Amino acid sequence: MADHNNTHNSHGGERHEHGSVKSYVIGYIISIVLTIIPLVVVMNDMMGRTATIAVIMVTATLQFLVQLVFFMHIRDGEQPRWNAITLIFGILILLTIVVGSIWIMGNNQIGMKM
Amino acid sequence: MAQSPAHGSDHHDHHAAGHHDPQDIKLLGFWIFLVTDVILFSTLFATFIVLRNNTNGFEGGADLFNMTGVIAETFLLLTSSFTSGLAVLAMHQNKVKPMIIWLVITGLLGAGFLALELTEFVELVHEGATLQTSAFWSAFFTLVGTHGVHVTIGIGWMISIIIQIVRRGLNADTKGKVTVFSLYWHFLDAVWIFLLSIVYLMEVM
Repeated sequence: MADHNNTHNSHGGERHEHGSVKSYVIGYIISIVLTIIPLVVVMNDMMGRTATIAVIMVTATLQFLVQLVFFMHIRDGEQPRWNAITLIFGILILLTIVVGSIWIMGNNQIGMKM
Repeated sequence: MAQSPAHGSDHHDHHAAGHHDPQDIKLLGFWIFLVTDVILFSTLFATFIVLRNNTNGFEGGADLFNMTGVIAETFLLLTSSFTSGLAVLAMHQNKVKPMIIWLVITGLLGAGFLALELTEFVELVHEGATLQTSAFWSAFFTLVGTHGVHVTIGIGWMISIIIQIVRRGLNADTKGKVTVFSLYWHFLDAVWIFLLSIVYLMEVM
């Protein structure tokens, strides 16, 4: 029994990191900064159209990663990281649906103008 | 001699049991649910992006969005994501009262978000932008409304978890529920980041 508890502890101790107040505060501050950057750029018309879209998408993606790492602890857990693998699969489908729709419907509109 | 193989297999069982902790499996199951939700939102985002120029002669988002309210919603939801994380931290230290207080704060911030969103929707409808106005507004209300429904369900779910914890105390089961709830709440904040970026910011820029 003691042996079991021991292995369980050493088992859980390293992998089941739940983060600390510090890591949550860091994640929160980075998220606020990443939210303010695109807001300032858009509300003050600071950049051209393409650059603005790039800033919006890059800061949004970075903030998504911050949520995953600092809040949702994607890096923790059992060694074969099934949650990360599942998420990558989901993002693959997301990109197929979103990019595919934009591509196909964009071509449709070009075809209708001709 | 006879004990040795028995002991060996016993040890093996323990090892296997350690790897298949039911809470870990529940957590993975919830991740799979979140991924199906990613797929749901990706179809709605794709629909919105494709239809964003089809305003049927009516005003689009750039003319009607009230960005002050949207920015306030963003910070309310972001802060509630942070406080739900603090609730999980308090839970791991077995501090029941701070955990419940953080959860309640999370719920109040979420309710504030919902109140602002509903105000925004009512204002839009008064301006004449409804589900039937144009493809743009149909896609907008469906996408943003689906997220709002998720937040509403989240608040109800959180209240039921608090009631359970008050009645039964913190145990492996209720701890698992709080963990899964906070994952759900962080996920809703992640979806909102893309709503803010793709729906609001790209519309008003």
